[in-house]
Amino acid sequence: MDSMDVALQQLRHRVMDADAAGAALRLRGAGTKDFYGEHCEGELLDLRGYHGVVDYEPSELVITARCGTALSELESLLLQHQQFLAFEPPAFGGNPTIGGVIAAGLSGPRRAQAGAARDFVLGAVLLAAQGELLHFGGKVIKNVAGFDLARLLCGSLGILGAITEVSLKVMPLPRTEQTLCLEIAAPEALALFNRWGGEPLPISASAWNAGQAWVRLSGAPAAVRAARARLGGELLDDVAAVALWRSLRDQTHAFFRQAGTLWRLSVPSAAAPLATGAAQLIEWGGALRWCAGDLPAAQMRTLARDAGGSALHWRGGSSGHRFDVLSPAVLAIHRRLKSRFDPHGIFNPGRLIAGL
Amino acid sequence: MSVPEFDVDESRWSVVDEAPLPQRRPAVAAALRALLPADCVLSADEELRPYECDGLSVFRQQPMLVVLPRTEAELRAVLRECSRLQVPVVARGAGTGLSGGAMPHAAGVLLSLARFNRILQIDPVARIARVQPGVRNLAVSEAAAAYGLFYAPDPSSQIACSIGGNVAENSGGVHCLKYGLTLHNVLGLRGCTIDGEPIELGGGALDTPGLDLLALSIGSEGLLLIVTEVLLRLLPRPELAQVVMASFDDVGKAGEAVAAIIAAGIIPSGLEMMDRKATAAVEPFVKAGYDLGAAAILLAESDGTPEEVAEEVAAIERVLRAHGATAMAVSGSEAERLRFWSGRKNAFPAAGRISPDYYCMDGTIPRNRLGHMLKAIEQMEHKYGLKCMNVFHAGDGNLHPLILFDANAVGEWERADRFGADILELCVQLGGTITGEHGVGVEKLNSMCVQFSPAERAAFFAVKRAFDPPGLLNPGKAIPTLARCAEYGRMHVRHGQLPHSDLPRF
Repeated sequence: MDSMDVALQQLRHRVMDADAAGAALRLRGAGTKDFYGEHCEGELLDLRGYHGVVDYEPSELVITARCGTALSELESLLLQHQQFLAFEPPAFGGNPTIGGVIAAGLSGPRRAQAGAARDFVLGAVLLAAQGELLHFGGKVIKNVAGFDLARLLCGSLGILGAITEVSLKVMPLPRTEQTLCLEIAAPEALALFNRWGGEPLPISASAWNAGQAWVRLSGAPAAVRAARARLGGELLDDVAAVALWRSLRDQTHAFFRQAGTLWRLSVPSAAAPLATGAAQLIEWGGALRWCAGDLPAAQMRTLARDAGGSALHWRGGSSGHRFDVLSPAVLAIHRRLKSRFDPHGIFNPGRLIAGL
Repeated sequence: MSVPEFDVDESRWSVVDEAPLPQRRPAVAAALRALLPADCVLSADEELRPYECDGLSVFRQQPMLVVLPRTEAELRAVLRECSRLQVPVVARGAGTGLSGGAMPHAAGVLLSLARFNRILQIDPVARIARVQPGVRNLAVSEAAAAYGLFYAPDPSSQIACSIGGNVAENSGGVHCLKYGLTLHNVLGLRGCTIDGEPIELGGGALDTPGLDLLALSIGSEGLLLIVTEVLLRLLPRPELAQVVMASFDDVGKAGEAVAAIIAAGIIPSGLEMMDRKATAAVEPFVKAGYDLGAAAILLAESDGTPEEVAEEVAAIERVLRAHGATAMAVSGSEAERLRFWSGRKNAFPAAGRISPDYYCMDGTIPRNRLGHMLKAIEQMEHKYGLKCMNVFHAGDGNLHPLILFDANAVGEWERADRFGADILELCVQLGGTITGEHGVGVEKLNSMCVQFSPAERAAFFAVKRAFDPPGLLNPGKAIPTLARCAEYGRMHVRHGQLPHSDLPRF
């Protein structure tokens, strides 16, 4: 047995022991997202010891890695082959594990065009409560055998078990990228983002904050050149552009560093500008609206619901639940899934939904 | 291998052909007629016959009843009544499925969603379409065309297949290499659970709280919920699309060229391959101009702005030439592009034209094993004494070998069936899967035993039970019971090995 086999067997025994004792486990990679989700207590199960890229064939556009693999290691390997994770997972200024990236299921600036983390999950191995290793999905892009449990695990925050391995679709790096900056107010930015979204333009990200809108163009040089000429605005130099999108992706941008409560509102991109006095940052072509300041939870949740979306208390501020409540029918399915996959409630109790 | 305590009540998912005779028909028909207008419940044998199979006609079963509700309220009433009476419910869209997923249950209600056929909303600013499940796939793109938008997934059957069926199967198409599967293009679902309660998953926003039940529901083959409304993502129609058609004198070389295109950082919007048997079958039928001397032809499509397409087509041509293409042509007009594609889209009907029957397989393998798979299929043709023509979604490794046979010739269907199962097992061995886009249905239940361990199948049943506690939605499909797999294993011990022999045992 090599050291990774040993590490996996140790994880399995920790899980089986916890299941036998009915003792809660708190699953954790590098801890870059400790702030995220609901409060959760349990004995720490550090998943970093099971790490390494298992399989990577650039011509297959798939990489398979163990949960503890550092995102930076995986991304630098992809970069050597001019490939990348197109959902641009946020690192939050640290070095998350790929298991944590998928368990949280968060995506970066490219999300509206390229898709979310779950769209790139092709397969996953779940360490279930009874110590079994369950393989779902696989390493091929088209696969409809069995229910899509690999994608269910993406964003599950560990409540169904520990993800020990994932296979992800990777993409070739765009051949060129340019970022345009426009001085406009939020309502005009939203209108532009939605109009341009309906045109065949190589837009790969957009954002707005404090009177400035940014649009990133990615793709074939000819297409980017043509789009740039059409859209106008000021061209950001490459270093500033890379730094800007990195700061939005990792939330190191000044907007995210201000004190107070931060709310994340996921709404349809064409939803009207939010009527709140709070400082706002808009991403994803209008589909993600961040609001900072001392904001009453009830107001934010109503605002999001009325716009056709949901509000997430991202960080800061007082206690209370983070996610919006689920409808009774959806919650009932969550309860039954949780009780069947984790009958003794050992995995990250309460992290995704209080009491579950 | 130990089986975890998922508490599987297998009796609920007993195989379809063991279901009791529909003695309850009069009583159940009367109960449903009390809830619905008369023309919504069919019970006479001659009315039921058109529903006895879907696109996979070798599997047939007359349903106990057919119900065609017109509104969500009627649908909910049907589901409540079926729950109360413990009657199985099998949903059906356009009936074009290729795995028997909509094959009726002998003691069940066949729930046709054909009357849910309205496009409810197209919002060009938000770039969404809200449609009922019975709307045809192509009708969405036709309705969106006025706004310069389209719905990307385009299964070959798109003139007939319904969006609801696409959701049930997570359908792909020739353009999913670049634009994704149904999963990537559905933003939300509205539906009903078996107890008739409405449920909404996903929606117009990109994130919703909780587990991703939307992803879980797409491709769930009618086992989890009945869909009543689908919110689709529309994309801007590319300004231009062009197809490169290339000939190869060896199928292995064509396979290598496919991998080389991807390795060069190019994602064509479609990348398809046909072998000589396939081109020979379709050419007289569609006159697409295929090179009949070639061992295989590749079709690679580029779309985008004219500048972008010019660059990408040149890059594709360079790679194909370097990998041994013996001839190449680039579509010079939209009419020519469609003509190049016409043969590919008509491959299935062409198979039906040259052979009394054909059996379409749907495995996926890693792209770099295409050559290996083609050689193995050639050997299987000798082993089973049947011809097989090959059309592939080569860009994503999804194979559609079409096994040609005559159902009236004694033993031929059985040979075709075993031929197909052999191909699927090889797909699993090569690191792939038994179904890329057609679903498991009834057809690939045995092959599921090869791909998944008992514990994994138990997890699937756990999901089934979480959505459908009484187990009434499309029972007997998609997931084989432990008993069925044990029986299949007895009939069919493979190389003396257990499935997943590489897994740790404990």
